[in-house]
Amino acid sequence: MSSTQGTAPTRATAGGDGLGEDQLLPQLVAHLREHRARLRDEWSDRIQRAGLLHAMTPQEMAAETTSVYDNYVEVLETGSVEALQRYARDLSERIIPRGVETHEVVGIVLLLRDVLARSLFEKYQRDFGLLNRVLDAYEPAANRIANTVAVSFVEERERVIRQQQDALRELSTPVLPVRERLLILPIIGVLDRERARQLTEQLLTGIRTHRARVVVVDITGVPEVDESVANHLVQTVDASRLMGASVIITGLSPKIAQTLVTIGVDLSKMDTIGDLQGGLEEAERLLGYRTARDDGTAVP
Amino acid sequence: MTGPRLVSILRQGSYLIASIHTALDDTQMTAFQHDLVERIGRDRARGVVIDVAALDVLDSFASWTLRTIGEVARLRGAVTVVVGIQPEVAFAMVTLGMDTGSVHTALDLEEGLEFLDRVVGPRRPAAAARGGSA
Repeated sequence: MSSTQGTAPTRATAGGDGLGEDQLLPQLVAHLREHRARLRDEWSDRIQRAGLLHAMTPQEMAAETTSVYDNYVEVLETGSVEALQRYARDLSERIIPRGVETHEVVGIVLLLRDVLARSLFEKYQRDFGLLNRVLDAYEPAANRIANTVAVSFVEERERVIRQQQDALRELSTPVLPVRERLLILPIIGVLDRERARQLTEQLLTGIRTHRARVVVVDITGVPEVDESVANHLVQTVDASRLMGASVIITGLSPKIAQTLVTIGVDLSKMDTIGDLQGGLEEAERLLGYRTARDDGTAVP
Repeated sequence: MTGPRLVSILRQGSYLIASIHTALDDTQMTAFQHDLVERIGRDRARGVVIDVAALDVLDSFASWTLRTIGEVARLRGAVTVVVGIQPEVAFAMVTLGMDTGSVHTALDLEEGLEFLDRVVGPRRPAAAARGGSA
């Protein structure tokens, strides 16, 4: 523990105790290191009482709280948040998939801030002036830490979300040429506005790139469709027609079919066929293909 | 009309190929309609391809005119097919509730000609040969 009472020259005027501002933090850090085990346990205890982080096992909790504590103290000591930032990002990466929420992360950091502040109160309670200056040194650093951790967590989460969105976007609407002039677009998953817009774009550019005359859009994998998306589909079919291609929609589930009729979307211009097989057969017929077996018997 | 031509109307056998090279204003569009309908009779065309591939926008007047040309051409014995509508244009048109009505559409010039061959019968070389005196 620091005992440099009044020896070093100080930037700011020291109080009666003669401790300079630049010795306050080292002293504080030393104090926090000394009582590491006790303070950490108190912190874990409060986390548990607050019901935070229940997604983690007690062992994990112990390990993580120790690292967070050490990182925290290190930031107080060095004033550099880079290591903490790295650690927070790494931690976020590990805990986000387990469903840890932002409020939990912010909550535990604020709890630690609180636990440490209380221990400082306890230590310096006899010297009010000194306590004030200790807190002056401690608070900004602690706030910066809380800020860093929260921002790292949120950034990491946004990164994960963006990554997933990108993956979904690439996955969502493959345009597959099956025969000359014939494309298939299998759609899997919920069709929302954004995906419907993408679908249109991919479909129309696909028609131009592949010089398609018939496109089969298979929506077997779509659980439901709302009115705006249905109307969007109708518009896409019309736009494809303007580009000289016919669109056949296949795989309308009973539920979607019911919904569309109930909400009164005008599908009279849409060519729909029960399943993908039927759609392909119809498409081949439109293109003038005739499928035959080896022995010459026609395939219906 | 001064400067580079905005529209060209070429004869290819018994078909007319009209290409719009740049965005036309309403007056120019009407003039185009007038010229084309005129040419249909003069060249005794049986099919008309209107190529709009160079346009990145088709407003309501333009699509209305295309529709009108289609109807008028039909009355004069020619089938009209509009080709080269770009993806963005196509979607913008349907979003704004415009369409080409009874006028047929095809991907590009090649497809359009193929379509006419299917609908009005293959191009007759004789018509091309006779073209000079038409």
